[in-house]
Amino acid sequence: MIWDALLLQLGYNATLVTLGAMLLGMAAGVGGTFLFLRKRALVSDAISHATLPGIGIAFIVMVAFGGEGRNLIGLLAGAAASAGIGLVAVSWLSTRTRLAEDAAIGSVLSVFFGFGIVLLTVIQTLSAGQKAGLEGFLLGSTAGMLRSDAVVIAVSAALTLALVLILRRPLTLASFDPEYATSTGQNVTRTDLAMMGLVLAVTVVGLKIVGLILIVALLIIPPVTARFWTERTDHVVLIAGLLGGVSAYVGAAISAALPDIPTGPIIVLVGFAIFALSLLLAPRRGIVSSLLQYYRYQKRVHLRQGLLALAQGQPIYERLTLRLLRAEGWALPDGVATKTGRSMAAKAMRDETRWQILRSDPNFETASTQYDGLTPIESVLTPDQIRDLDKRMDLHAVVTP
Amino acid sequence: MLIELATRDGSDLREQSPLAIRGMTVSYGQKPAVFSVDMTVVPGSMTAIIGPNGAGKSTLLKAALGILKPLAGSTTVYGRPVTEQRNRIAYVPQRASVDWDFPTRAIDVVLMGLYPQLGLLGRVRPAHRAKAEDCLARVGMEDFADRQIGQLSGGQQQRVFLARALAQDADLYLLDEPFAGVDAATEKAIIAVLQSLRDSGKTVVAVHHDLSTVTDYFDHVFLINTRRVAEGTVAEVFNPETLQIAYGGRLAGAQMEALAQG
Repeated sequence: MIWDALLLQLGYNATLVTLGAMLLGMAAGVGGTFLFLRKRALVSDAISHATLPGIGIAFIVMVAFGGEGRNLIGLLAGAAASAGIGLVAVSWLSTRTRLAEDAAIGSVLSVFFGFGIVLLTVIQTLSAGQKAGLEGFLLGSTAGMLRSDAVVIAVSAALTLALVLILRRPLTLASFDPEYATSTGQNVTRTDLAMMGLVLAVTVVGLKIVGLILIVALLIIPPVTARFWTERTDHVVLIAGLLGGVSAYVGAAISAALPDIPTGPIIVLVGFAIFALSLLLAPRRGIVSSLLQYYRYQKRVHLRQGLLALAQGQPIYERLTLRLLRAEGWALPDGVATKTGRSMAAKAMRDETRWQILRSDPNFETASTQYDGLTPIESVLTPDQIRDLDKRMDLHAVVTP
Repeated sequence: MLIELATRDGSDLREQSPLAIRGMTVSYGQKPAVFSVDMTVVPGSMTAIIGPNGAGKSTLLKAALGILKPLAGSTTVYGRPVTEQRNRIAYVPQRASVDWDFPTRAIDVVLMGLYPQLGLLGRVRPAHRAKAEDCLARVGMEDFADRQIGQLSGGQQQRVFLARALAQDADLYLLDEPFAGVDAATEKAIIAVLQSLRDSGKTVVAVHHDLSTVTDYFDHVFLINTRRVAEGTVAEVFNPETLQIAYGGRLAGAQMEALAQG
């Protein structure tokens, strides 16, 4: 059943919903990247929670005018309006009052969400209207979604995705270096506003599929995951879009196959699984790789220090150093250098002296910035330059016996 | 009559000046950081903005560029409002103003200097890339093009920022503390680039904090301590009297004599 869903074999409607979810996930991943890079990821949580009163009010208004209250566009319009008010409230509180942005987010989020829950409770007591689908907005549900709903979601997600891609350059510049962006004539306030508008659009469009409580995950997890794999903004954008698309696709497919499971949590769990793998295994920024780098570096430092100590005939007290030297075959268990150990130590010492001369010579200023106590001098200077240094080293030795 | 003459004279200067600031006041809260400052940069000059810590050096520059909103004052660039002349200005912000863990490489930062030219959708063509690489080479950073910027040293980061400004092909270069926390090799490389810009007719204005190098590096000086203290060529205004006014008790007399004599 799940397999059928993943291969889009569950009929036209389920396929449409799954593809719509995928587009939404891509838009969320791409839009969320800039939110993450601008370090304003949590604003999206305030926006999404602020949609709830709008949904409630839109439902009541539509019922009051004699409808069923299920029209998706109507509900989303209400959601967008109250999310917009929430967004304005956050930015007003954080720029015009002494409240910091995190406090502003917390207050707006809780107040709007609380108000929304009250409205939903009131709605449950009403006799009119089709109120069964409303809880779906909390955690997301694709069950019983109409074909027209799926089309609305797919089209708006595609539009949002296109807009984010068009605005990627100003968004990148405003995230990396807003002052410089201003100096080139870019209106950073307007860029920020556009970014928030796009996030609002993703949130509102995603309400039905992911639900307002968890949409923040679809905006944040993909870019954070993508960051593990690349050092380039454009690649973070692409990978985040891809991951967002995959998580949403899988989540929506599973939820279409098993209608009792809400969509949002599945999407989040799929995204989290990819995140966890990246956190562990990504090259350079992953945990495993960082640990390996650390131990490799530690080993180099200890070996170097050990060799210098051997060269100067100093005793080695550090057990790790001794163990590493023994493993290399450079020292005996009692800390006495082996034959190779002695020649390695002599070389380390000579390199160190070369570096000292080099660093005191203003002609080698650029080369001397590469000194870290570990880099072999051969990787910085040509053999000729080293020979010159050695000549001066002999002089040096004569002057300071 | 005299006043009228002075005004006309002033406005002529203003027409030609790459950066003319009039009556600039910027305030953080109720305390002005910059108060009613006039500045007229001479075309083709290399001007140091100097003054003690908290004197409003960076603030003046940021307000002129519209990064900070001034309480009062106006800025013209080559005789026209700064907002109409953005493509003639290249700004190099303080290194500390950005997050260096940002996912971007040295070459990408330099390409940002070409964004105004590329627009929203213009593709980055080989010619643009070549241009960015050339700018990196001018600051001696061509071997680091593919490095993530956080893996560069402070001096190298500053050079990448300068390369981005070079990519803009501007006429006026504004730098905020370009030598703060950089190594000696970088300082030399940067000053060489700035002097070659000046020699090709561009104008360079830099916030500077090292008084001992003012005479070597710059030909004009703007002394500020919230208000303008003095403005002119190094020979005219960089002397113990003006330094005394700008720095007050913060500099010892002997120190100032030594500085002013270069």
